Amino acid sequence: MPILRVVLSRFLTTLITLIGVAIIVFVVVRVVPGNPIAMMLPPGASTADIERLSALYGLDKSIFEQFTIWFGNVLQGDFGTSISTRQPVLDLVLGRLPATLELSLMALIIAVILGMGAAIIGTRYRGRRTETGVDLANGIGLSVPDFLWGLLLIILLGVVWPLFPISGRVSPRLDLPFSTQFYLIESIFRLRFDLTGNLLRHMFMPALALALPLAAIIAQLLKQSLKETVNLDYAVLARTKGYSETRVILSEALPNALLPTLTLIGVQFTFLIGGTVIIERLFSYEGLGNMAVDAVINRDLPLIQGIVILFALIFTAINLLVDMTYAFLNPRLRHA
Amino acid sequence: MSGGYLTIRNLSAVLRDTGERVLRSVDIDLQPGTIRGLVGESGAGKSMIGKAVLGVLPKALKVVEGEILIDGQDLLKLKDADRRRLIGASTALIPQDPLTALNPSHRIGPQITNRLVDILGWTRRAAEVRALEVLEEVQIADAARVMRQYPHELSGGMRQRILIASAFAAEPKLIIADEPTTALDVTVQKQILKLISNLQARHGTALLFVTHDLGVVAKICDSLSVLYGGKVVEDTDVASFFNGPHHAYGRALLAATPRHTDPDASLLPVPDDVIAAVRAELGEADRQWVRHD
Ligand SMILES: Nc1ncnc2c1ncn2[C@@H]1O[C@H](COP(=O)(O)OP(=O)(O)O)[C@@H](O)[C@H]1O
Ligand SMILES: [Mg+2]
Repeated sequence: MPILRVVLSRFLTTLITLIGVAIIVFVVVRVVPGNPIAMMLPPGASTADIERLSALYGLDKSIFEQFTIWFGNVLQGDFGTSISTRQPVLDLVLGRLPATLELSLMALIIAVILGMGAAIIGTRYRGRRTETGVDLANGIGLSVPDFLWGLLLIILLGVVWPLFPISGRVSPRLDLPFSTQFYLIESIFRLRFDLTGNLLRHMFMPALALALPLAAIIAQLLKQSLKETVNLDYAVLARTKGYSETRVILSEALPNALLPTLTLIGVQFTFLIGGTVIIERLFSYEGLGNMAVDAVINRDLPLIQGIVILFALIFTAINLLVDMTYAFLNPRLRHA
Repeated sequence: MSGGYLTIRNLSAVLRDTGERVLRSVDIDLQPGTIRGLVGESGAGKSMIGKAVLGVLPKALKVVEGEILIDGQDLLKLKDADRRRLIGASTALIPQDPLTALNPSHRIGPQITNRLVDILGWTRRAAEVRALEVLEEVQIADAARVMRQYPHELSGGMRQRILIASAFAAEPKLIIADEPTTALDVTVQKQILKLISNLQARHGTALLFVTHDLGVVAKICDSLSVLYGGKVVEDTDVASFFNGPHHAYGRALLAATPRHTDPDASLLPVPDDVIAAVRAELGEADRQWVRHD
């Protein structure tokens, strides 16, 4: 039963990856300078106070001991308590995760639409000025990192032409009827499109900043792949049947050219999620990334660990999803 | 020689980069319901003639003069969309390599029915019925199941049968077959050849049959054009060709063709002096062409 074997081996690699990530983050946050306990106490607290609090959080034990205790708890779903807020790490992290997921997925959707659109237009008008324009735009998209796009957007669409709000996830004065943290999705289900609009306007600039570099990568690879595919025999045969160039690109070339691009989108999407750390900070967007920065500033070790583990889980989940989609889209694998 | 279903007159195509002529004032006439062999060594321009007719010349090539008449209409004078519609409705291609000519992402069924539905405006249902019919005509058992399969699940011979079926599905008046058996196993070649000529006879299609195998020409063609360096050096009916070609190159070709045993030995070696003579002829034609231009 090959499917079962694949699932099992996937599960094992995921587990090993998570353990590796856990060890690394655990050691790193303890090796870098800065004492979380000292930061919790008022200046001038006695050494005895510090030691008492350290013992409370288990920070007086050896790193190895600390790790086995913590990881044992993690496996049972207990990520410990945040040092700076004294709330369960799991609650904090899960509370912020939806905001980041909504932002990243919106960015992904924008990137895929822009990237595919540019690739298709560039292929349709290949060898003409339009293609040069697409290439130029791709070059710019690739060489400007997301946070710079963020700054540019803030200046242009936030300050010079103040079309979009530059900070937050939603306007602060609004009454929010939500029972989950998936504001955007919930606003749609509740038919509160006024809130949907407000959320989208807040999300637009950070999502676009995250999306532009990915859009350029998608456009570049997909266009290259499309340009090869439109000259293959089956595409030529379709042309002889009377299909227009646009139809040939969309229905003959695209399904085949998309496969190599898909793997790339998966890998790049994990980078995009990594980018939320800075972008959320820049736009004061209340997501996981922003919380991660606070956690680092406060030396909130359990919280940092929890966030990193969660990111690692998300990344492996994305990779799994990409592999499954790839197998589903590729008839050769689907029937293997 | 006119009034054919396909008439190519004085067709020249050049490489955009160098201006070198790839097709040299080609004249070809194909009568309705007949088979014309298009013979020549590799690189002679056989495929480019087919592609010029179908409107899919590579970007590197450009038609600079001539006419391609289908049923009296000059394709080269039509607007792109009109030309595509005319070709889609009247003409089909049986490609050379069945392994690369089917789209790996689509099932077989839609690849046969797509022209009927999207270009010719049939209903999906009617197109599917027609697809089953033609698949049975090319002797594919269990056609309904094959229509749901993907190309990679089928053998090369099967795929070529499917491409043949697909070519005949819309009852085109003209089919261009570009070395349709070259990529196949020797054992399959004969069956496919027989299949094509049977279908051609039954449907009364005009068939331009590209090959480098004179044995095949002798078997199925009514007339033939011998091509060298993009120039038609011999244009005749099959009987008179095999009774004694007019042109030195044609004679040499015939002499060089083995008694149809080894298909790869096909053409060549044509003696060097004959080649030199043909080359000189081409050079002379080019000089006159440039002056004439
Ligand atoms: N894509 C292309 N770009 C440039 N030249 C080409 C291209 N395809 C074919 N040619 C030229 O056209 C000539 C005729 O090729 P072709 O018609 O494919 O020969 P064949 O008789 O073997 O089918 C070749 O000599 C080749 O140099
Ligand atoms: Mg050829």
